[in-house]
Amino acid sequence: MIRDFFRVLVVDLSQGKSKVENIDGRNEVAGGSGLGALLFNRFSLPEKPWDAPEQPLIFAIGPLTGYFPLMSKTVCAFKSPYHNQFTESHAGGRTALSLRFADYDALVLCGKAPSLSCLVIGSRLLEIKDVNFMRGMDITESGKLLRRMFPGSGHRTIMRIGPAGENRSAMACINADTYRHFGRMGGGAVMGDKNLKAIAVLGDGEFVAPAGKEYPRLFDDVFKQVTSTDMMKKYHNLGTPANIKSLNDIHSLPWRNLQATSDPLVAGITGERFADENLLRNGACSGCPVGCIHIGFVREKFMKDNRYLYRQVAYDYEPIFSTGTMLGITDSFSVLSIMDEMEKAGLDVMSAGVALAWATEATEKGLISKKETIVPLQFGKSASYRQAVVHLGGAANEFYALLSQGTLRAAEKFGGAEFACVLGQEMAGYATGEVFFAAQATSFRHSHLDCGGYAYDQKHDEQDIEKAVNFLIDDEAGRIALTCMVSCLFAREIYNSEMLSKCLESVGYSDLAATLPHIALNVQRLRWKTRIATGYNPDSVTIPKRFFKVKTWKGMIDPLYLKHLKKRYAERILALGASQYA
Amino acid sequence: MKILTTPRMERCIGCHSCSLSCARLVHKRISWDISGIRIRSSGGISTGFEARHCLACNPAPCSLVCPTGAFSQRRGGGVIVKKKLCIHCGKCSPACPVDAIYTDAQGEPFVCIHCGRCVAYCPHECLELTDIPLRDSKQIPTGDEP
Repeated sequence: MIRDFFRVLVVDLSQGKSKVENIDGRNEVAGGSGLGALLFNRFSLPEKPWDAPEQPLIFAIGPLTGYFPLMSKTVCAFKSPYHNQFTESHAGGRTALSLRFADYDALVLCGKAPSLSCLVIGSRLLEIKDVNFMRGMDITESGKLLRRMFPGSGHRTIMRIGPAGENRSAMACINADTYRHFGRMGGGAVMGDKNLKAIAVLGDGEFVAPAGKEYPRLFDDVFKQVTSTDMMKKYHNLGTPANIKSLNDIHSLPWRNLQATSDPLVAGITGERFADENLLRNGACSGCPVGCIHIGFVREKFMKDNRYLYRQVAYDYEPIFSTGTMLGITDSFSVLSIMDEMEKAGLDVMSAGVALAWATEATEKGLISKKETIVPLQFGKSASYRQAVVHLGGAANEFYALLSQGTLRAAEKFGGAEFACVLGQEMAGYATGEVFFAAQATSFRHSHLDCGGYAYDQKHDEQDIEKAVNFLIDDEAGRIALTCMVSCLFAREIYNSEMLSKCLESVGYSDLAATLPHIALNVQRLRWKTRIATGYNPDSVTIPKRFFKVKTWKGMIDPLYLKHLKKRYAERILALGASQYA
Repeated sequence: MKILTTPRMERCIGCHSCSLSCARLVHKRISWDISGIRIRSSGGISTGFEARHCLACNPAPCSLVCPTGAFSQRRGGGVIVKKKLCIHCGKCSPACPVDAIYTDAQGEPFVCIHCGRCVAYCPHECLELTDIPLRDSKQIPTGDEP
């Protein structure tokens, strides 16, 4: 093992000083999600708002990062500007390996820099540089400059924010290495509030490999499963966009602000269509041979006589849902062009698309007009959406400033809360049924990744509340075991409990290997306890009326079943948060 | 005589599996630097990747400047490395015209030895261990076979 404690770099941006702390707790929380929660409890002030200078922004990796394939995520933990409570957001790219080779298990950022700054760290490097000249710069422009300013091409991560983050939008993401994101819950606003435009991590350290034959043998075993079997094929073939057609087929794909769940116009934006028409190449997170990142292109005629420019845009299922079906856009190039604007603004694509879908329906219903939206919003019209994205990221007027804090915030002022597609935060692209709606509305990150409610809906048409809630709770614990390792969740079939135990054992983490399922349960409790301490009451989350009027493959949503599911799930969450550690 | 070549780098997805395998299997390290092949983004990540590795010069400038024989000419191109002879003088790395030699914080140089162990770990077959015809080596100083 590299170490049986956590080596954490704590940066005080206000003072421009840092210290390396060795923190115990490896055998209690493992790393990743557990480490994020542990550090949040150590450094945060739960009663103070998200933008109090003392509040930490935490990046944490796991004990197997660098050792095994697909251990390539980083967990970002912070108090969210979206709901002012503890949350997490995850991203891949080069973030995890760069932190590993910079020789840190976690990075904790506190305070506020006196001017717009960039933090640069490596195993023998630490600098906070003034980058005031980057104020207002979009993700593309700042990325190009940052690559020029700092060393380590290929062996570093560059995390940065766009105008949305600087404007403290609760939908601002942290862009990681151009094509990956800490997308949800407003991590970009936390960086912006700390006056931090970018974080560059140079992975210039190294470690001795575990002795003996077991580690390389096990590595090869995992690597073969990843590359030589069909287990990962769906992720590198069409990728997650394959779900567009399949969910549309079963009446589970939200269209035009969830006014429908299926539409024959889907043909223009299926995974197959993107692969045939738009796919330029694949990319990968460092340490993962799967290559699930699908990069398409948009081109733009900027002058007569066929003068074109082109840009590359990574696409996935969720962004196609939010900028495609949710906005009624059914042409793949138009979908990518909206995504491209969101990328440049540094907005979370899912949240921003869903917010604009609400704004469009609010326009249709006469609740708002061009006075608020500046450009005329209409389902299917991509040019206006591209401009609206710039206004949203730039908080161009009171309306967009409010909308950028969350759709329900805008609905409070303008009306239309009943058709806001918000389940704790703007919905993910699954109109699969009651279990998913109850799950996203109530779950820890309000994310489709918290637990597989969308998959449960597709396999079960019986109404068994205890069975469904047991699934959500147990599936969350299983996923926490992976996120404590910072494994990509795509690898969940490979990294089952037995395999994780073998991997941990092979690199010397024998205690973790023996107790990981137990640790996952404790981290589950710790995360809930921590979130509840920052003000979360799962009973207070409302599900807007729109979700009760949805038709899925099972028929119309059963309002009573949905209400009872959510109530029971909330009870179990509160019980988890109140329970003692095992 | 075989050398490592990178004929299909347009396919590279930047996973670093090659570098990590070299570090793990050849140098017994966990690293993406301590490796005979290192992946860099080419003009920014959006335009793809390039591999930094030994192109099997013959004669190899790095071996010519090595004062101790730690780097000696390999038949067919590249160098044979004898770590015990290395005094960490740092002359080899700047002598390389293609920046293929990595020097760690202690001054130890690492270069591709054309063993080909990385090839199997590339998911897109970017890499290849290729037979090359031996060039006239009468005038070329040679080292021991590995």
